[in-house]
Amino acid sequence: MNRERIRKIESLAALSLSTLAALSGLFWLVFILGDVLVHGLKALNPGLFINDPVPPGAEGGGLRSAFVGQLLITVSATLIGVPVGVLGGTFLAEYARGRGISRVISVLSDIMVSVPSIVIGTFVYAVVVKPAGHFTGWAGAVALSIIMIPVVLRTTEDMLTLVPWTLREAAFALGAPYYKVIIQVVYRGAATGILTGILLSMARVAGETAPLLFTSFNNSFFSVNMNGPMASLTVTIFQYAMGPYEGWHTQAWAAAFVITVFILVLTLLGRFLIKWRYRG
Amino acid sequence: MKGELEIEVKGLNFYYAGDVHALKGIDLAVHKHGVTALIGPSGCGKTTLLRCFNRMHDLYPRNRYEGEILFQGENILSNGIDHIRLRSRIGMVFQKPTPFPMSIFDNIAYGLRLKGVRKRSELSEKVEKAIMSAALWDEVKDKLNFSAYELSGGQQQRLVIARALAVEPEVLLFDEPTSALDPISTAKIEELIINLKNNVTIIVVTHNMQQAARISDRTGFLMLGELIEFGRTDRIFTNPSEKLTEEYVTGRFG
Repeated sequence: MNRERIRKIESLAALSLSTLAALSGLFWLVFILGDVLVHGLKALNPGLFINDPVPPGAEGGGLRSAFVGQLLITVSATLIGVPVGVLGGTFLAEYARGRGISRVISVLSDIMVSVPSIVIGTFVYAVVVKPAGHFTGWAGAVALSIIMIPVVLRTTEDMLTLVPWTLREAAFALGAPYYKVIIQVVYRGAATGILTGILLSMARVAGETAPLLFTSFNNSFFSVNMNGPMASLTVTIFQYAMGPYEGWHTQAWAAAFVITVFILVLTLLGRFLIKWRYRG
Repeated sequence: MKGELEIEVKGLNFYYAGDVHALKGIDLAVHKHGVTALIGPSGCGKTTLLRCFNRMHDLYPRNRYEGEILFQGENILSNGIDHIRLRSRIGMVFQKPTPFPMSIFDNIAYGLRLKGVRKRSELSEKVEKAIMSAALWDEVKDKLNFSAYELSGGQQQRLVIARALAVEPEVLLFDEPTSALDPISTAKIEELIINLKNNVTIIVVTHNMQQAARISDRTGFLMLGELIEFGRTDRIFTNPSEKLTEEYVTGRFG
């Protein structure tokens, strides 16, 4: 056998192996999404969004409390996490640019991104839930925002770094003070990138269960009181899927479907923004 | 040419962070309403010198000046000088066009808004005037609300000049303003610079000796951080007194 033939066989082997690996990855993805789609669509009905849970065994009932709770917790987490993340990223990319502290914080927040979310859940349990004496929606929002902050911070830092220096110098040369240069010129240049980061970080926290189990817990009743325990889709899925009732399982599928679609939409929106940004 | 001085540089030394001695004992007089060109090989310090006039070096830590730069008699290297006010009196145009990510109108109104102009009518009037002075009005008058990025490179450079003119500076610094442009855009910018000197004092750094000869009244030749020779442009190019200057302007090195 000549060398060329061996090379061709090697190439074919590598191609087959990597194709196989890709297909097996794809298979599970399609399997999971398909399963959620099939079961979820079957379970989906308008009552799900307007009714609150009923005792097990009773007919009907919905997940209104979980939808509203999820939304409240996610939005509050965003309201806490985004300002801290964006301002922190601004500090790193602008005021502390090139200094040692900037690199240290960057690396630390990269580590923060990969900390298991259950660790953050137990941490917030210890510092917020325990002193308060009970589970609260706020604690859930704090836990999610802690997951969000490093993601938003790093994206902001990266996006601001991409804005060319000459643009800042041009603004300085017109007599602008630094904070105006940042707010009026640099943020504008990096706006779509930062927005993309925010959307993707929201998508990331919307699917978290572990941090909420320890913080906002769950609530079988409709509640908009962030100072008390609060229902959320992910914890509801966890609880209903583990429960013994057929009705619970159906609703868990519906909840899984809705949250998957929600995250999908956020991610697609983020992707779309990235494309839109680099088009020009 | 009138003899009135706008800027006087006296014994200027400049050190970049880490004590790199970039400018050595510069003495130079910039005449009011004239075009002064700074030429010299790469790394000679001409851009460094230009950036002293609006204290651009202060944006970066540990840069150090020695000596004096008198702007209308006032030493702008003294510690008490207000950078923001100084930069609104001495504007700057960079090598690459630097439009801000906003509309054409907002780009030009930027400096005016910084100065506290809020009234819409006053803004419009001054923006229009600035665009006209930069010979850009016919090209952009119907698209003031378009993004500045939709303009061509040459138009962007004139937009940036309009933006600098809008705040009515007394001096305008140009850092190789045409090196990123095509010949036609270059010609337009050169013509513009010549017209502008009726109202503004201009200092231009250029790589292009023909350009310096075409547009400037006085020329300074720098090498390795020293001002080798300074004088009227026609004399520098036809009858320089220094051997180095002669070698440079005749293209024997650089």
